[in-house]
Amino acid sequence: MFSGFDFNVIERSWRYLFFDGMEFTLRLTLFAMAGGVVFGTLLAMMRLSSIKPLAWIAGTYVNVLRSVPLVLVIFWFYFLVPYMGAWVVRSDTPIHVGAFASCLLTFTMFEACYYCEIMRAGIQSISRGQVSAGYAIGLNYWQTMGQIVLPQAFRNMVPILLTQTIVLFQDVSLVYVLSITDFVGAASKVAQRDGRLVEMYTFVALIYFISCFALSLLVRKLQARIAVVR
Amino acid sequence: MIEIKDISKWYGTFQVLTQCSTRVSKGEVVVVCGPSGSGKSTLIKCVNGLEPFQKGEIRVDGISVGDPKTNLPKLRARIGMVFQNFELFPHMTVSQNLTLAQVKVLGRSQEAALAKGMALLDRVGLKAQADKHPGNLSGGQQQRVAIARALCMDPIAMLFDEPTSALDPEMINEVLDVMVQLAQEGMTMMCVTHEMGFARRVAHRVIFMDHGSIVEDATKDDFFGKPRSERAQQFLSKILHH
Ligand SMILES: Nc1ncnc2c1ncn2[C@@H]1O[C@H](COP(=O)(O)OP(=O)(O)OP(=O)(O)O)[C@@H](O)[C@H]1O
Ligand SMILES: [Mg+2]
Repeated sequence: MFSGFDFNVIERSWRYLFFDGMEFTLRLTLFAMAGGVVFGTLLAMMRLSSIKPLAWIAGTYVNVLRSVPLVLVIFWFYFLVPYMGAWVVRSDTPIHVGAFASCLLTFTMFEACYYCEIMRAGIQSISRGQVSAGYAIGLNYWQTMGQIVLPQAFRNMVPILLTQTIVLFQDVSLVYVLSITDFVGAASKVAQRDGRLVEMYTFVALIYFISCFALSLLVRKLQARIAVVR
Repeated sequence: MIEIKDISKWYGTFQVLTQCSTRVSKGEVVVVCGPSGSGKSTLIKCVNGLEPFQKGEIRVDGISVGDPKTNLPKLRARIGMVFQNFELFPHMTVSQNLTLAQVKVLGRSQEAALAKGMALLDRVGLKAQADKHPGNLSGGQQQRVAIARALCMDPIAMLFDEPTSALDPEMINEVLDVMVQLAQEGMTMMCVTHEMGFARRVAHRVIFMDHGSIVEDATKDDFFGKPRSERAQQFLSKILHH
């Protein structure tokens, strides 16, 4: 059935695929997750703030970014960031921003919207009584958030945050529109060079399937464990 | 110690508190009772600024609670509060619950905070539970830890909001015993509770609330002897025949 296919192409190129391509994908996923969770948590705190302008700004930000396709955002940032950078440092020429930095900024800003909504639900799942108890022993807003609310909210939301990270891991492949060598980008370069499109894309799909499936099993295990601890 | 002057509070257009005034002197134990929804919790939460109020003034140790210039966290650190649902921090061990605010708010060292926490835990009879999480304790034990947590801050007054009403009957006394002891040591206390046995034993005054107003504010003997208002009489007879 596979006669006519040449799977040796994988053997020839796997180092490039994993050490260049997958390395970029994983690095971007992990950094964007960290940045996205931190920024998303700040956005969630703003959205839940009693200071109306803060809540409005965060709400608008989240709703606008969530209603724009990710590919567009990637394009936009890639071409706009050099100009925004120039404006920030008051330079006349657009500053050079590397592909990784630009992608990291894009994904952090974009994924933060989704992490924000998860953390918002997480924060709201903590009872008012816990917040009152924090204030009652003399903690201020930031201490109550940092010591009481966020640790519990985060713990409740870990499975959903990880599930969102699996989505992020897949979304990262969209950077191919910028001809960046992520896992998919690397594979498609090899595929076109060697004329082995079917083999390469099948392999890529398989790798994505295996890693995402393994991750989701892990999430499920974690969920069960957290449920016991609580 | 606690002076409440003409407090009124609204949730939207709904008036929860109507011109409530009372005072709790140093070393005095005041019990607040009244039917459900009469505003007892709201009133006691106004005392440490957990709930804002629109009219009137509350002073604790001379400091105005409603004044925007008041450092509320600092004031609250000096007022202990015990909640109906304990509200221990479930992600921390008992000893972490006890030391958190001592270290973060009072700036005590970890060792000093732990020593203080252990001493108070011992006092409520739970020294052996220090390393457990609150979820592994019974309701009565949790509430005693919550009292110890408040006492760790060396409070000048203690507020209790129905500390025993979420407890199984057999656990009520272990909590009340701690409160009685506290009262006998001269702690200033404002307790929302329906435990009239507790009120009889240690209260100096009893306040009866209904529909957001303080209907009766009498010495213990007057209150139990001859409550003036009919509503308080009805309430008492209902509660005492339980
Ligand atoms: N956040 C809120 N928004 C609107 N109304 C509220 C809010 N909190 C309390 N209320 C209302 O205010 C009134 C007084 O509530 P409060 O909790 O002070 O009563 P309570 O005397 O403590 O009653 P209970 O014995 O049931 O604890 C009730 O009618 C309640 O429905
Ligand atoms: Mg109440």
